[in-house]
Amino acid sequence: MVVTTGLLFLSAILSWVALYKVGIGHEEADIKVLRWMDVGDMKADWAFKIDTLTAVMLVVVNSVSALVHLYSWGYMSDDEFKPRFFSYLSLFTFAMLMLVTSNNFIQLFFGWEGVGLASYLLIGYYFKKDTANAASIKAFVTNRVGDVGLALGVMTVFLVFGSVNFDVVFNAIAENSDRRLPFLGMEFNAIELIAALLFIGAMGKSAQFVLHVWLPDAMEGPTPVSALIHAATMVTAGVFLVCRASSIYEAAPITSGFITAMGAFTALFAATVALVQNDIKRVIAYSTCSQLGYMFFAAGVGAYSAAMFHLFTHAFFKALLFLCAGSVIHALHHEQDMRKMGGIRKKVPITYAAMIVGTLAITGIGIPAIEAKIGFAGFFSKDAIIEAAYSAGIAGSGSGSFAFWVGITAALMTSFYSWRLIFMTFHGDYRGDKHTFDHAHESPKVMLVPLALLSLGAILAGAVFYKYFMGNAGDFWHGALPSKYGAGHAAIAPDYLMAAAEGSADGYDTVKHTGPFAFLFNTFHGYPRWVLFLPLIVSLSGLFIAFMMYMRGEGAAKHIRTVEETGGGPLYNFLLNKWYIDELYDVTIVKGARKLGDIFWKIGDVKIIDGLGPNGVAAFAAGSAKRLSKIQSGFLYHYAFVMLIGVAAIIALVFRTVGG
Amino acid sequence: MLQTISLFAPQLVLAFFASQLLSTGAFAKKDISVGVRYFAVGVLVLYALIGFVLGQPTGTAFKGALIVDSYSHYMNFFLGMSAAAALMFSKSFFQTEKLDRFEFSVLVLYCTLGMSIMVSSNTLLSLYIGIEMQSLALYVMAAFNRDSLRASEAGLKYFVLGAISSGLLLYGASLIYGFTGSLEFTHIAQVVSEGATPGIIAGMVFLLCGLAFKISAAPFHMWTPDVYEGSPTPVTGFFAGAPKFAAMALIARLLVGPFGDITTQWQQVIIVLAVLSMFVGAIGALTQTNIKRLMAYSSIANMGYALVALSAGTQAGVKGMLIFMSIYTITVIGIFACILQMRIRNGMVEQISDLAGLSKTNRGLAIVLTMFMFSVMGIPPLLGFFGKFFAFIPAMEAGLTWLVVLALVASVIGAFYYLRLVKIMWGDENENEFVQAPKTLRGLAVITALLVFPLLLLPMISIPAQSWISQAAASLF
Repeated sequence: MVVTTGLLFLSAILSWVALYKVGIGHEEADIKVLRWMDVGDMKADWAFKIDTLTAVMLVVVNSVSALVHLYSWGYMSDDEFKPRFFSYLSLFTFAMLMLVTSNNFIQLFFGWEGVGLASYLLIGYYFKKDTANAASIKAFVTNRVGDVGLALGVMTVFLVFGSVNFDVVFNAIAENSDRRLPFLGMEFNAIELIAALLFIGAMGKSAQFVLHVWLPDAMEGPTPVSALIHAATMVTAGVFLVCRASSIYEAAPITSGFITAMGAFTALFAATVALVQNDIKRVIAYSTCSQLGYMFFAAGVGAYSAAMFHLFTHAFFKALLFLCAGSVIHALHHEQDMRKMGGIRKKVPITYAAMIVGTLAITGIGIPAIEAKIGFAGFFSKDAIIEAAYSAGIAGSGSGSFAFWVGITAALMTSFYSWRLIFMTFHGDYRGDKHTFDHAHESPKVMLVPLALLSLGAILAGAVFYKYFMGNAGDFWHGALPSKYGAGHAAIAPDYLMAAAEGSADGYDTVKHTGPFAFLFNTFHGYPRWVLFLPLIVSLSGLFIAFMMYMRGEGAAKHIRTVEETGGGPLYNFLLNKWYIDELYDVTIVKGARKLGDIFWKIGDVKIIDGLGPNGVAAFAAGSAKRLSKIQSGFLYHYAFVMLIGVAAIIALVFRTVGG
Repeated sequence: MLQTISLFAPQLVLAFFASQLLSTGAFAKKDISVGVRYFAVGVLVLYALIGFVLGQPTGTAFKGALIVDSYSHYMNFFLGMSAAAALMFSKSFFQTEKLDRFEFSVLVLYCTLGMSIMVSSNTLLSLYIGIEMQSLALYVMAAFNRDSLRASEAGLKYFVLGAISSGLLLYGASLIYGFTGSLEFTHIAQVVSEGATPGIIAGMVFLLCGLAFKISAAPFHMWTPDVYEGSPTPVTGFFAGAPKFAAMALIARLLVGPFGDITTQWQQVIIVLAVLSMFVGAIGALTQTNIKRLMAYSSIANMGYALVALSAGTQAGVKGMLIFMSIYTITVIGIFACILQMRIRNGMVEQISDLAGLSKTNRGLAIVLTMFMFSVMGIPPLLGFFGKFFAFIPAMEAGLTWLVVLALVASVIGAFYYLRLVKIMWGDENENEFVQAPKTLRGLAVITALLVFPLLLLPMISIPAQSWISQAAASLF
């Protein structure tokens, strides 16, 4: 415990140093440690490629991991298998670091599978719970689907480029941009195919729609795990992959459009589901899913820096929200149902404060359209994404404008469900077991320190790093992300961002509107003011609606009762049951797979493989043994007879070939 | 004359002391079997080492009837040592069964003399003399417990079938003599190289069939289970080791010597014998309940593996056979040292089920026996793995991949009954407890176990041993 946590704090500090050195000082490194495999043309190293992108990920992974380790001291204090828990956590961190520091696709794949394994182990950490085991298997199987895509993608990369090294591959994209490959009986542009296959991998790991089903169930794991793996780090691996392979996506406009649409849809879908969930962790889980959607559509429109920025800030406030939720759960003796909470803000004041900070950050509260940068972390990163989508839409990208409006709608919902969570948990009257409430208590210091540090991150991460991430101040990215966007991406021109970041007078504010609402249509740093204000407005609206629903009169209690009495409306049930996706999968894929499995098992395995293979051979051997023992009669003349027959047969055999 | 004596010193030692002990025993007033046994063990060790003491002289003796080369030095060493070990582990058995007679030790000496003539033979005549000398001693040893019906039956069966095989052998030898006009290997080789007539080939096949009986290769294996089961256990242990090795060595000398130029012809015979032996051995053992019968089938299968190595017809093949057989002989001695410890208060037992729960009652024995089982199965890092490895590689190189595949399939089938033994020892409930075994047996088991596992794998042993074996194999070509 002490060892893992201590070492992680050390690496966290070192990774901040690395970010400073790489981001500001441009001391990129590409260190080859060992040759891993060398088979024909297939060469892969164990290597560390440290550029700004990696350094950002290092900071995220190590910081959150270190804090979660510390937090777990308190949260897991009465667990009997602590060493197992901490070694899993550290295994996860190791695999994640291997993933982000890789300089080739193979090591990345290694890390990718490693975090998948750690995730599986940690979701099923409470192995005595059936639901936890089912959830871990679900997560593993769903991830396999994505991993097939990733593996095929990596193989295609090798097929097309003859190498798996990032630098080699990315430098060779231009000359291969017209290659076509047959796949599933059709012919595709090779780059588009690679991009699409890699994205399927990213979808699995980052829980995008269709492959999102495992993430909510993954909440069966301990809460610190949810904070570390299923909010801050592992699930963002998909976003990291897309950003790392941005050169490929630049050359794949169709896939990028698909990513935009898919990300936007996931953002909306997950937000709608989060509206009605009652499990405190599931709300946050769907929120994560939704925020990942934001990151993807940012990457899809080419705003990789915005995606990374949101990844960065999201890690802080989402980890914060999860750890706060964990603190609440800890206080209420592992009660996770919000319907049985309420009014506990007096009992856990620090958690309450931290949760408010996290909510302000995720809902993006800040003051737009002024030169001074004031606001919480989410304000900067989410608005950057929405603005990017807007620019893409203006430039004629259909998926871009779809993403913009979806982003706005999802922001409204985000605000609603986040505040709903606050109101249901901390305000109103307590609705659960009286005894539990009396024993509710604030968490110990080891759990509060991480909350405080993450709150700090949730407040400041946006304001401080905005000019680096978005403005590329001091050439922060230094080529790790593309500074010029390809023809397929008409997204935000970097010049816009630079101007916005530095607050200088710029040439984009030229068109002057007149009329009563001219103020809104006139641009600020290239964007009409309504675009800049809209996210804040919908966020405040969400707060307002939530307040009206859950704080007025009886509030939450009334709604809970209504649902209990009427069973809820059809829309409510549709959302509560997550659009019936799980049921759909169960009917189509799970049942189908089971039938197929039955066929393979009963006919393929038992009859054909076992029948002709092990069992058949065993039966044959046993039968032969019986026949042999019959010949072994014990009579001398039988033996002599066999010998002479043997001689005759051998003579015949030899002379058949000799021909004599 | 002196040169001949120095070449023939190992055999002379054996012949001299065997006759000496025989006459001493015959005229002794009281039972001197214990003293004779120790003396005979000393003689065998002397026999094993004397070639090295004299600086490994090489050449032919008795007008080319016997040849002494690295090959025969290696064989003398190994035969002497394994015969000495077999003699040692016979002690407690014969004493408790009240069978101890000095003649047994003398018979072992004569048998070893026969074997040493076999491996050094350079003419068909000396070959036959060696085989008969060895066989006659073995016939008597098989029926050594003459009051037992089973032992007498075993001896008689062995004798009658052995006589048939000798007939085959002699018929082959006379055919060859008739078609080549000579008994000497070098002269036969010369004639064969000028063109092999059907008569020579037929003679060779008969010769091989006769010898296949001695190594109990299928389809000449029928005597093995009955004789193994019926003979006193130490005799069975002796049967399974040295005589098999000697006959195998003789086959190798015969094949690459006089018949070196008709490899394609004898290769088929060897392959047929190998495949049949491997599968008869592997499958036949499946239903056995008596551990001695089990070992009989096991030895049939293992002769098949050794023949796989020989079938390559190359120097590497002979080397592979030597390595395989050496390891097999060591393992067999160890296994029989374990089997001889299977004694309950009422006497010896030999059912496999008697081993049940051995891991609880006698953990040391269980560990050692398990190790031997894993070794014969061919599980690394035990020596048995390397035996099979060196046996199969030459066949692969000679393009006989399918034969090696069959050998591996047979190994898998064979693994079943070895594993069943392990399972019975470690998994089943014990029924009876073995009495404490005497020190010699336990010592032998442990020494062979050490040889099978760690000792012979040490580089300072395994590297010189390999070069020694390579040299022995090279001297045939």
